[in-house]
Amino acid sequence: MAGVENHIRFQEVFHIQGGNFTNAGSISSRVKEILKRAGLSDKVIRRTSIATFEAEMNVICYADRGNLSLLITPHFLKVVVDDEGSGIHDVNLAMREGYSTANEKIRELGFGAGMGLSNIKKNTDEMLLTSKFRQGTHLEFVIYLDKQNEG
Amino acid sequence: MSFVTVFDIVNSFRLKIRAGEKRLNEQVTGGYASDLLSDVIAHSRKGNVWITIQTHPNIVAVAMMKELSGIILAGGREPDADTIQKAEEEEIPILVSPLFTFEVVGKLYQMGISGMG
Amino acid sequence: MKLREIRDILDAEVITEEANLEKEIKYAFAADLLSDVLALSRGPGALLITGVTNPQVIYAGNAIDLGAIIFVRGKQPNEATFQLAIENQIPLLTTRYIMFEACGRLYQLGMRACIEKVKNGRG
Repeated sequence: MAGVENHIRFQEVFHIQGGNFTNAGSISSRVKEILKRAGLSDKVIRRTSIATFEAEMNVICYADRGNLSLLITPHFLKVVVDDEGSGIHDVNLAMREGYSTANEKIRELGFGAGMGLSNIKKNTDEMLLTSKFRQGTHLEFVIYLDKQNEG
Repeated sequence: MSFVTVFDIVNSFRLKIRAGEKRLNEQVTGGYASDLLSDVIAHSRKGNVWITIQTHPNIVAVAMMKELSGIILAGGREPDADTIQKAEEEEIPILVSPLFTFEVVGKLYQMGISGMG
Repeated sequence: MKLREIRDILDAEVITEEANLEKEIKYAFAADLLSDVLALSRGPGALLITGVTNPQVIYAGNAIDLGAIIFVRGKQPNEATFQLAIENQIPLLTTRYIMFEACGRLYQLGMRACIEKVKNGRG
């Protein structure tokens, strides 16, 4: 993931409180505003919004707390989410569409469909997910600003 | 009141059957679409066919509780292995469709199955 | 189909009064689970038919540039959801019909989902 040019145009870190469903989605909404002000394309904004929303939801649903950092360079944007919590036992399983560890409360709020990680994968150009079971999870993804594929 | 059975639905849409093959002759009293279990528990009626994308075994428990005629998983979803097992044990038909919920409901509606029953 | 027609077909109440009822809505989908909302949409301007009224549905809607949201079974959004919808300019409606009936009626009158089938391999 070494950037060819990594002149940072913008950088910000957001804190996410685990279990705080009230404001769930507010951070990805702020990220969207930032991208709009930065004049990025609709396609990039949409993809980033979806991926960031899912990442934010995962911290809220499953972790104790986390930090989401947004980095924008001339050629790509990168989001890194680090959380503390129970972590993911099996990353490959977690990536599978429909696989969910959500409890009933989470499902009743409209989450826990088991699509989050695959939604992130589908909407980003590079994605890395690692976890230390019982400690936390590290997620990062990159979206290129220069070329956008169809679909 | 339409005399549509689960079997009729399977044939009309060419749905795949994942469980409960023995009980397809249940009459369908109406349709209910929701992914929120508490909602289905509160508002669905006996004999309704339930359209959802939830695939975990709790859906079988709900279908039993409300005596639903069957469950259609939309959007190409497949039931979890434990869901299939439980559905077979309880003889609850589980059908799958590649169409999204909106389309599945639309086609059922056109068959004469309503949400008012 | 215009938002006005949707309102009429579903006997709906328009919650966000300033909504532009001439807005063209190209397709619809029904979802209660938010990841589904994100996964299903293929472009801006869709109608989401849902029973979920929490603010997250507005955030999700904003991420995918939803055209409008209609709540089923007479559900009303809470204050937070309402304010967020105003800020993000997403029209909110509510209908007394259940989701099944709402989808059925719209489908009957020509509304369609954005893509017909899921493209993954079938079981």
